Amino acid sequence: MIKEKDLLGLRNISTDEIDEILRTAVPMKDIIMRDIKKVPTLRGKSMATLFFENSTRTKSSFEIAAKYLSADCTNLAVSTSSVQKGETLIDTAITLEVMGIELFVMRHGASGAPHFLGRNTKARIINAGDGMNEHPTQGLLDMYTMKDKKGDLGNLTVTILGDVAHSRVARSNIWGLTKYGAKVRVVAPETLIPVELQKMGVEVYTDVDKALKGADVVNVLRLQKERQSSGLLPSLVEYNKFWGLTSKRVELLKDDAIIMHPGPMNRGVEIMPDVYEHPRSVVDEQVTNGVAVRMALLFMMLGGKSGDDIN
Amino acid sequence: MILIKGGHVIDPKNKIDGIMDILVEGEKINKIEKNIQEKSEYEVIDANNLMVFPGLIDMHVHLREPGFEHKETIQTGLAAAAKGGFTTVACMPNTKPAIDDRTIVESIERKTRGAKVNLKIIGAATKNIDSDQLTEMGDMKEAGIVAISNDGKPVKNAYITRRVLEYAKQFDLILIEHCEDESMANGGFIHEGYYSTILGLKGIPRESEDLIVARDIALVKMTGGKVHIAHISSKNSVDLVREAKKQGLNVTAEVTPQHLILTDEAVESFDTSTKINPPLRAEEDRQALLEGLIDGTIDMIVTDHAPHARWEKEVEYAYAPFGAVGLETAVALINTKLVKTGLMTYSQLVEKMANNPGTIFKLGGELKLGDYADITIFDPNKKWTVIPEEFYSMGRNTPFKGWELEGEVLHTIVKGEFALKNGKVI
Repeated sequence: MIKEKDLLGLRNISTDEIDEILRTAVPMKDIIMRDIKKVPTLRGKSMATLFFENSTRTKSSFEIAAKYLSADCTNLAVSTSSVQKGETLIDTAITLEVMGIELFVMRHGASGAPHFLGRNTKARIINAGDGMNEHPTQGLLDMYTMKDKKGDLGNLTVTILGDVAHSRVARSNIWGLTKYGAKVRVVAPETLIPVELQKMGVEVYTDVDKALKGADVVNVLRLQKERQSSGLLPSLVEYNKFWGLTSKRVELLKDDAIIMHPGPMNRGVEIMPDVYEHPRSVVDEQVTNGVAVRMALLFMMLGGKSGDDIN
Repeated sequence: MILIKGGHVIDPKNKIDGIMDILVEGEKINKIEKNIQEKSEYEVIDANNLMVFPGLIDMHVHLREPGFEHKETIQTGLAAAAKGGFTTVACMPNTKPAIDDRTIVESIERKTRGAKVNLKIIGAATKNIDSDQLTEMGDMKEAGIVAISNDGKPVKNAYITRRVLEYAKQFDLILIEHCEDESMANGGFIHEGYYSTILGLKGIPRESEDLIVARDIALVKMTGGKVHIAHISSKNSVDLVREAKKQGLNVTAEVTPQHLILTDEAVESFDTSTKINPPLRAEEDRQALLEGLIDGTIDMIVTDHAPHARWEKEVEYAYAPFGAVGLETAVALINTKLVKTGLMTYSQLVEKMANNPGTIFKLGGELKLGDYADITIFDPNKKWTVIPEEFYSMGRNTPFKGWELEGEVLHTIVKGEFALKNGKVI
């Protein structure tokens, strides 16, 4: 079970909890593969997605996960909400809570926003990405995919390639993987490496070839295009030349290494199209696993039972 | 007449450190002696087991009036000052309108009539704080300002700072500088270090402070003006000030209890009362601040009392305004975390919270026969818990909520009158 009321990040969650989530995701993935993709497990349970930032993938992934488990899911998009009118985050959430919502899936542009909301609501919260802090369900689905393809996380060398400074995906991956003893390498231009990153227990590189050599997994981060106008990068072309994942660079990885990307991809910037199409690219499978992991979490957090009961 | 009997009187400036009595007659100190004979007309304060300090002075508070009376008013701010043992506080000019001419100085002066605690006013260095136009410093000085500052922001560029220093020198006004290179800070709001990295909150590197400290030191050297570094927070800046003082330059510095006691680790909670500017920095900075305080590089402790309304702080961390209240916790925090732990003595506490601000800004801050009787009587062993709802200040935004502290101010006497008596504001 998830010990805390809210799932805010992978930093403060135990490996026991992560193990249980990943274990519970296995039968969930079976449900997705079925002809009839619906179980009555969470019938009558009520949840809402609160997305204060645009998202297609994560939001649909949660919504689909809720539907497959028969939970009722309300979606509050920022453009149609009262937030624009100056209503505070707490007001918005409490309004929904008093209508009976038991769980919020929340994305917000400010780091710590779900932590703040969590202290002010009784409903449970799943952080679907807060600022540059964490994106725990992406971290979990990445770990699920790595474990599924490569086995014991503790034996892996994982290279995270890209804009780690602005990436909540990177942070959740680092917290989760280092808990299992995985060797995590991070590579990016110096301007996109936050200070004291080594203290998170990772090896920091600026040379992409060195960072890729012999790795079991490469997880490529999306580069926000506005980074070039803020003094961090000269151009996307130069970024692609020195840090983009090309099929030539893929050869530096172990022969059986896998290629990951949380999406959406900037083809020709951080990843070349043929790398996405590479036989060892698991980018599409990550998306499927995302639904399974989110089903597992909804089940564990809304069902109120141990995740192991799904069988 | 008030007779303060049997207290441990401490005033290093006048080499006083022992059990003594103080007799207050009218507004002034009449006697400081052992065993002053009691008379029936004296109001006797039993100060046995208590400490008697020169009235504490806080050179850095935001009383929010005019313009932000929903955060604090002069009346509530001065009540908080009395509760905290401060007999004199100096208010910053970043109000609305800013305190940038004689009329506004006088309007604030009028509001302080009848107030028990001395309110001193700091005038803006440039019109509307962030501009190229010098304020009428001479005129404001005649109306009573004690220093100039654009606090909340630094004076906007090197050229204007040069002119401010040259101009202010004629009126013997010290520039209290908020040292932050805003281009370097680049919209950050916590210390750039391990915690900004793991929490994904935008950082302000310590170099943002260092750059302006270095700029101002160079300009002091050039102009012969005086700069007082507000709320110093960076270890490098402490080194810069130490070096400037060695060269005999007119540079002084202040530090807050929050920067001496907390680090950026406190931000982990995403509690917006930890969002202050300059930000809470790393442990190595905190150690350097303590060292600088003890070796004399840092002259004084100030609160940077910055009250905000509850609804302004109850928002996402990135959207909350900077600032924490401090008047009602400062002396207890210093007592608990610096004196009781053996890092500093009560004599040093009095130097940093009364003598030095008094000397540098010519505001008294000592116990001297014939001077105004501004006296703080402190029980160093009284234990209490910080409950923001009980503050006299309207601001509840303290990062020390729930902390168990030692030391409580029992009486605050200003010009021979009680501003605080038995822990209650008069």
